[in-house]
Amino acid sequence: MAELNKLTIAAAREGLRKREFTAVELTEACSAAAAAAAPLNAWTVLTAESALAQAAKADAALAKGDAPAMTGIPLGIKDLFATKGVQTQAASNILAGFKPPYESTVTQNLWDNGAVMIGKLNMDEFAMGSSNETSAYGPVTSPWRREGSDTALTPGGSSGGSAAAVAADTCLAATGTDTGGSIRQPAAFVGITGVKPTYGRCSRWGVVAFASSLDQAGPMTKTVRDSAIMLGAMAGHDAKDSTSADLPVPDFEAALTGDIRGKKIGIPREYRLDGMPAEIDTLWEQGRAMLRDAGAEIVDISLPHTKFALPAYYVIAPAEASSNLARYDGVRYGHRAKIKAGEGITEMYERTRAEGFGREVQRRVMIGSYVLSAGFYDAYYLRAQKVRTLIRQDFEQAFAAGIDAILTPATPSAAFGLGEKANADPIEMYLNDVFTVTVNLAGLPGIAVPAGQSSENLPLGLQIIGRPWEEGDMMNVAYALERAVGYASKPDQWW
Amino acid sequence: MSIDKNTARRVAHLARIEVADAGLEPLAAELSGILAFMEQLNEVDIEGVEPMTSVTPMALKRRADVVTDGNKRDDILANAPDAREGFFAVPKVVE
Repeated sequence: MAELNKLTIAAAREGLRKREFTAVELTEACSAAAAAAAPLNAWTVLTAESALAQAAKADAALAKGDAPAMTGIPLGIKDLFATKGVQTQAASNILAGFKPPYESTVTQNLWDNGAVMIGKLNMDEFAMGSSNETSAYGPVTSPWRREGSDTALTPGGSSGGSAAAVAADTCLAATGTDTGGSIRQPAAFVGITGVKPTYGRCSRWGVVAFASSLDQAGPMTKTVRDSAIMLGAMAGHDAKDSTSADLPVPDFEAALTGDIRGKKIGIPREYRLDGMPAEIDTLWEQGRAMLRDAGAEIVDISLPHTKFALPAYYVIAPAEASSNLARYDGVRYGHRAKIKAGEGITEMYERTRAEGFGREVQRRVMIGSYVLSAGFYDAYYLRAQKVRTLIRQDFEQAFAAGIDAILTPATPSAAFGLGEKANADPIEMYLNDVFTVTVNLAGLPGIAVPAGQSSENLPLGLQIIGRPWEEGDMMNVAYALERAVGYASKPDQWW
Repeated sequence: MSIDKNTARRVAHLARIEVADAGLEPLAAELSGILAFMEQLNEVDIEGVEPMTSVTPMALKRRADVVTDGNKRDDILANAPDAREGFFAVPKVVE
């Protein structure tokens, strides 16, 4: 019965149905592994007691038979998802102590499918960051280390806690959210699979908003199959989110045939960056060869506006964030600053936000306020929205020409050390999103799959971008790649 | 476009974030750096291009105009830093 926490969702689903172990035993194994992983700082709250109650219910459902696929599966939930009665603060001091009196739709869907929450997961503050270093809880440390080194590395961000928790086998899978790459970049950094679904596939209701036209929730799992199973449970139309799509949720797992013969895979030439490490280029080349060997047709394509995606994103995302984060004013929830005699409500607002928001969040809220302000709106925000149209059209033209999916690197490098970019220009950190951010701007689905190791034995990932609403097809290409790669490396347990 | 100290002060106030006077120069430099990065967008020909205002091309659904939720005063006030007699309490607004 040892090491149940190391199972995949698919293997646990089978074991639970064959009565090889119970959901309670599986949950206990994960809760113990999560408690023992404190040095990673991935978990912000462990809910061992309520997890056991959920697991007992799952066991009862399993005994009756015909239980949903996620029944009894222990999950970690990113701190961005509102969980009823459980601390939810988007890794920000401004939401210190916030306990939502409601549950997000995505997590409710998971519980309705029988899943078990073992705790909440650390992240960058308000999901703004690429290294987990902006968290009010302190950074997450990756379970991975460079060969022969004990330097603490980033698990990526913003879903860094989710990535580290899954890679360290402290839960079977986790939820993440992705606004510019926040699921795919950390997944790539720790050697797991992460899916950013088509915009509108998962309800955003009850997910703390960062940039509403870009945010999507998705699964972070050990395998492509697990992502297909879990996304099926998370997705679906929700009347509480007017942008959630009223489309049936297909059986994503059934799409995983591994047969990609005749599929046209686009290779965008603009993703070959100056100064890109040779090992990333090699990884990409290997991915192309593997898909070709699996019977796909590799086609060179052009997405000419790619280089403008990052600057457009860093106008649009902060603009939306400045609007979304206006609600944190010290009145209805979270932190409120003390004011001195003679000061009034404006000082209360301004000090509350100065004390409650970290530096990166302040920076983005201010940039957003600036680009939306009178006299600058047309020059920055409206222009960026037009460039966004052109970026989406690039993809539409590629798909109209018969491309089924697009293969790119997931990140421009392997994971870097915590603190290594502390004194860098903010722009340097933003470059982490260079391969992922186009997908959010165009509203497309994307998946990161582990595809190899760096020279220092760190995981490297490739990204597959799918057509809108074709997550099943996209995951099938990822599945073919996963089978060809046969990635099986795990971090050595040092914690 | 480069931001000076006064503009930084104005932006901080627009964003309702208190910044000490000594912090305004570094803030101005930082914001100028980010805006310079955004200037790349000026290279794009956007003549005749419509701004992207909806992510997926679909009409937003309308729902029936009915009350679906409510009577949750205590839930709503439960997380307030200062709630009194069923209200949010704030410093005096009107002199």
